[in-house]
This record gives sequence, structure tokens and C-alpha cells, in this order.
Amino acid sequence: MSHLKDDFIIEVNHISKNFGSKCVLDDVSISVKRGEFVTILGPSGCGKTTLLRLLAGFGNADEGEIKINGEDITNTPPHKRPVNTVFQRYALFPYLNVYDNIAFGLKLQKIQEDEIDMRVRKALKMVGMIDYEWRDINSLSGGQQQRVAIARAIVNRPQVLLLDEPLAALDLKMRKDMQMELKEMHKTLGITFIYVTHDQEEALTLSDTIVVMSEGTVQQIGTPMDIYNEPKNSFVADFIGESNILNGTMIKDKLVSFLGHEFECVDSGFGENVPVDVVIRPEDVYLLNNTSSGMFTGTVQSCIFKGVHYEIVVLTENGYEILIQDYNAFEVGSEVGLIIKPVDIHVMEKERTCNTFIGKMIDKTHVEILDTSFLCEEMEGIEGGEKVKVEVPFDKIDLMDNEDEGNLLGDVRFILYKGNHYHLTVRTETGENIYVDTHDVWDNRDLVSVRIPHEDLKITLL
Amino acid sequence: MKWLARIFNKRSNWSIPYLIFLLIFVVLPLVLIFIYAFQDNSGEFSLVNFRKFFASPEDANTFVYSIGIAIITTLLCLILGYPAAYILSNKKLCRSQVMVLLFILPMWVNILVRTLATVALFDFIRIPLAQGALIFGMVYNFLPFMIYPIYNTMSKMDHSYIEAAQDLGANPVTVFRKVVIPLSMPGVMSGIMMVFMPTISTFAIAELLTMNTIKLFGTTIQENINNGMWNYGAVLSLIMLVFILAMEVFSDKKEDSTSNDGGLI
Repeated sequence: MSHLKDDFIIEVNHISKNFGSKCVLDDVSISVKRGEFVTILGPSGCGKTTLLRLLAGFGNADEGEIKINGEDITNTPPHKRPVNTVFQRYALFPYLNVYDNIAFGLKLQKIQEDEIDMRVRKALKMVGMIDYEWRDINSLSGGQQQRVAIARAIVNRPQVLLLDEPLAALDLKMRKDMQMELKEMHKTLGITFIYVTHDQEEALTLSDTIVVMSEGTVQQIGTPMDIYNEPKNSFVADFIGESNILNGTMIKDKLVSFLGHEFECVDSGFGENVPVDVVIRPEDVYLLNNTSSGMFTGTVQSCIFKGVHYEIVVLTENGYEILIQDYNAFEVGSEVGLIIKPVDIHVMEKERTCNTFIGKMIDKTHVEILDTSFLCEEMEGIEGGEKVKVEVPFDKIDLMDNEDEGNLLGDVRFILYKGNHYHLTVRTETGENIYVDTHDVWDNRDLVSVRIPHEDLKITLL
Repeated sequence: MKWLARIFNKRSNWSIPYLIFLLIFVVLPLVLIFIYAFQDNSGEFSLVNFRKFFASPEDANTFVYSIGIAIITTLLCLILGYPAAYILSNKKLCRSQVMVLLFILPMWVNILVRTLATVALFDFIRIPLAQGALIFGMVYNFLPFMIYPIYNTMSKMDHSYIEAAQDLGANPVTVFRKVVIPLSMPGVMSGIMMVFMPTISTFAIAELLTMNTIKLFGTTIQENINNGMWNYGAVLSLIMLVFILAMEVFSDKKEDSTSNDGGLI
């Protein structure tokens, strides 16, 4: 057992962190193998940078522990940790030249002058900045500063290199070059890299392991292939690459129904007639000019040239929109046949099939959930105060602009297009989530008024 | 009215009133000082007043003494002001803006009022007014001018530099020595100028705080001009101006190598 444990250089166990009343990290656990290139991926505000800062020692976790090399370093100050950081905005000392910036850490360790010299030159060579050692920091371009920042970190030979969106400020071409160089550097140095980014393509390109985060929790940990091909939930499927996420029903093992058709698939073990989410990548749908040889048919809505491929939206005969990538162009308005192979259908368990709230009865006709009182169908034998479970279907909830029309306010946090409707996550002011199916178009962060009709509250006593 | 509109449309024309003011009250007096300095009493060109200054040990000594007092005052202000600015700008040590206000507040009170209060204070605790009182009064008067620029630079300091240093293995003392001090240098330089320049030419404070027992260079200039010795007064003023100008040029050169976001405002 202890032998297995030694394999992990970093162990993050049940870390939680709050800023005021806002929970930034909620029970996060990650283990990182020695020499791995791990990417923490997520949209802005998902807590990824906070997690990296906790690893570097800036700020303390409210709960949980962090171990490096099996040693608890949860409360160790940053200067005593065997890690170095490449900061997002470089943080190079403006009053020192390139050489002194890189030598900063080595000089603090009281290393001999000639060894410092040797190591600084080696680091400069590694980042391709030979002959720049006496240059002023402010005279360097963004890309060059980035290289110096990396050199300044790796010259100390840390066991773990932390990188906080290091390429975010560079232009696309430069970013691609640096990605390759970073990967090369990782191979040469053989140390562990922990890389924070919001760019899913960057994560797929660079990493051995990706940690997908959202709203302070880990959504999925896996290899880039796993994350792309077998996303665990609709958030991951939506965030990584383009995808069609559709409601479906697992009829039995290896047979799933969605888009109004039954498809053979390779997944099993879900049970019979179970609602599921189905993920189809745009490149996995095949288009045919010949409608009769397709599994089902549709009409081309739009066809946009994207360089390597065309991005085509097809409206199926049953009224679903599907995003497709194909090397051939199809005329807008033309009828096409579509084929989806069984291996390309990815079935995911649904996280939930309706909203479930825990609340209590106020009286016979009123129930309190989400800190709000709701009118409900009259219940017999109720005195008030009983704990109840309230279920509301996604599509019965209305969202409105006018603040006074609904029962409570919330803001739209996550939008998922399901082919013929949107599945929204609405965060209430008390921090709870309401899930809503709607045909209306809302934007992220829209303030909405939520109305739950009283006849659709399904109440069961607990 | 078209011509009026044309004048107002051009933004640079708006500076004309200020330029006129500048010409009459700043440039013209400077030119007059320069002309007066190179004239004798009869209005002829001569260097007699320069010779007089370098020949009279009393005035030259006053000049050197004034520089000495200014240096001591500036150093004391720096020693007292730097830690104060550090504490004020540190959000962990100083949570409220009220503290900052308390330090800056004396700047809002007239300098003479403050000096008279200092005189009253020294009288009250029966400490004789002399060099000690002079330095105390000057430090008290000019300390906010040292604290504020340093506080300003420090509170605008990018925290990521400090984190970068910690990350590279610097303990808190090293962080202070190798990051906070170099980054606050622009503020320190401008604080030094803000204190040194007025202290070297001060005269009213010196007169009040020493009961006229100690003479500073400002007093010498004032006495000469009051006694109608315009040409000699102009020479003394010119010498002081050149000295301050040299200081300014010297400090500007040093500031260039660091950064330029210091300043009072």
C-alpha cells in the first residue's frame, strides 16, 4: 500500500475554501503522479486558480490537507515548498535584468557564483533566450517575458512546476509554438507540471491528465482521450470540444432511443427504459446526399466553411438541430440522410430527471422551499412544519424578465442546448440550483424571475 | 463671433491664461533674479556680489548649515515615514482608511499654525527653543510629505511581485529587502525631494522655532532683500536655485533606472 502511495507527488484531500460566504472550492480531491503533466481546466471562476494558489502556498485552505511527497504542507509558507510558479502576468521584477531575475531564487539558496552562472545559462538556453541575459525586463516582448518567467521557475529545479494560464496573454501563433515547447520542456526536465487553463484545446494538446472543474468542484479526472470520448456529465461534454447533447432513453442494453429513433450502441448496464443523456460529437455524424440510405433524414439549415471542414447544422425530420462537421459542403435546404455509428454514441447517466427540493409545510396549502413560500394543492392531515420533498419537472418552470411576475429571482449559470430546447441551470439568491427546460433564448448571467405553478409541485412527506 | 469659436476650438489655446500667469509670476522673476545677480548697485554688469558671497564665511557657513539641517530633517523623515507608510499600505496591519487620514491630516493645516503650535508645546513643557526644536518642528511639518508618496507607491504595488519572491524561496525579511524596498524607491525619491527642497529654503519656521537664534539660508536671503540689498539677495537665491536644480537632475537620473509611477498624487 505504501509503495502505491509513493507514486503520488501531490495529494489534495478534501480541500474546501471560502471567500466570505462564497464557496470557491468544495471538497476537492486530486492525486498527481510524479512526472505527470496535469491540467486543471474550467471556465473562469471555477476555482482552478485558487486551487493552484493553495498548492503554491498563497492562502490557506479552510478544510482538508495538501501533501507533497507524502508530507503535509497544508500550512507551510510558500518559500518552504518544493514548488515554483509561472505567474499569469509573469511578475518579473522590473528593477532587475533578465539574468538577475532568473538568478533570484538561486542567490537566495546561497549557491556558488559559478554554479549560478552555469544554471542560469542552461535555463536561458532551454527557453531559447541566449544573449538576452543583460536585457532590461521592460524591453522584452510578452512572449520573451513569458520565457524568462519559465526560466526563472525551472532554474530552481522544483519538484513541481505550477503554471497559471501562462499562455493566456500571447497571440494564437505564439501560443501554439509555446505549447509545443512546454511539452518538450516537460519531457526534458522530467518534473511534474500542473497547468491551469480555460482553453480546452490547450488542455487536450498538453496533458497526460485533465482535471475538469466547475463551480468549485471536480467534474471529471481522466486522460484527454477519456475526457473527450467518455465525458462523465453534460457539463464536461459541453465544455470539452463541440458536441450535440440530447435527451434519450436507454431501452435496453445496447439499444438507445433519441432524436425520435432507436439506435444500436455499445453501452450497457443502465437498466431498461432509463432516461439518459446522449453525446454525439459533430465529426461523428455522417451525411449522405442519398436520403434513403441514411438511418434518418434531415434538411441542411446552414453550412459554413471553417478551414479544414464545413460546419453544418441539420434539422432532422423530428425537429432536432444537430451540429455536424464534414469535409464536404452540402447545399442549404437540401435533404440529406444521416448515419451515426454505434461506437460514436456516448451514453451518460442523467444527473437528475427533475428538480428536487427539500422544504417544509407551512400549512395545508402552503409549502416553503428555496426560502420562499409556495401555494400548493391542498394536502390532508397537515399541521405545518412537516419536512417534505418537492419535485418539479424541468419543463413546468417558467422564466420571465419581469421581476414581479415570478416567485423568486435567480441568474442563469449554465446553458445547454439539447437539439430542440435549452436546459438551463438557474442559481437562486440563496445559492440553490433550479433546472429549467425552455424554448426561449437566455444568456449566461441573465437575471430571471422564476415561476413555479402550484399544480406542478409534487409533494411527498419525508 | 467666429474668431472666438476658433480660439476655443483649439484645445491648446485654453492654456493661454495660465501661460500669461506663468510668464509674469514665474519666468519674469527668475529672469530678474538672474539679471540682478550679475549687476552691482549701480546697475552695471559685475560679479562683485558672487565674490562677496564666497568671501563672506558667515553666509557660506549658513548655506552649508542649512543643507546640513535639510539632510538631517530628510533622513529623520525617511526613517520615521518609511515604516509608517509600510504599515499604512499593508492591508493586514491597517484595515481602515481612518489611519491613513490621520497621517495625512496635518497636511491640511497651515504650516505656520502648526509651527506656532509647536512653539507653544515646547514652551509648555519648558524645553528651550534651539536646534533640537528646529529639527523637531521641521520633521513634524514635513513628515506627511515623506509618508504620502511612499504610501502611494506601496499601496499601488503589484502583490504578485511579492508572491513571486516568496515562491522563489524568499522569507518575509528577504521579500522586504529585495522586493518591497526596490519597488518603493520611486516613492522614496519623490518623498526625499518633497522634504529636502522646502526645508533647505525655509525661514519662517526657523525664526519661530529658534527665537531667531539660529539662522538658515532662507533667513539670510530674506534679510538681505528686506534691507534693500537686491543684488546680493539675488545672488544668494540663484546659488540656492542652482543647488536645488542640480539635486533634481541627479535624482531624476537615478529614478529613470527604476520606474516612474511614484509621485504625490
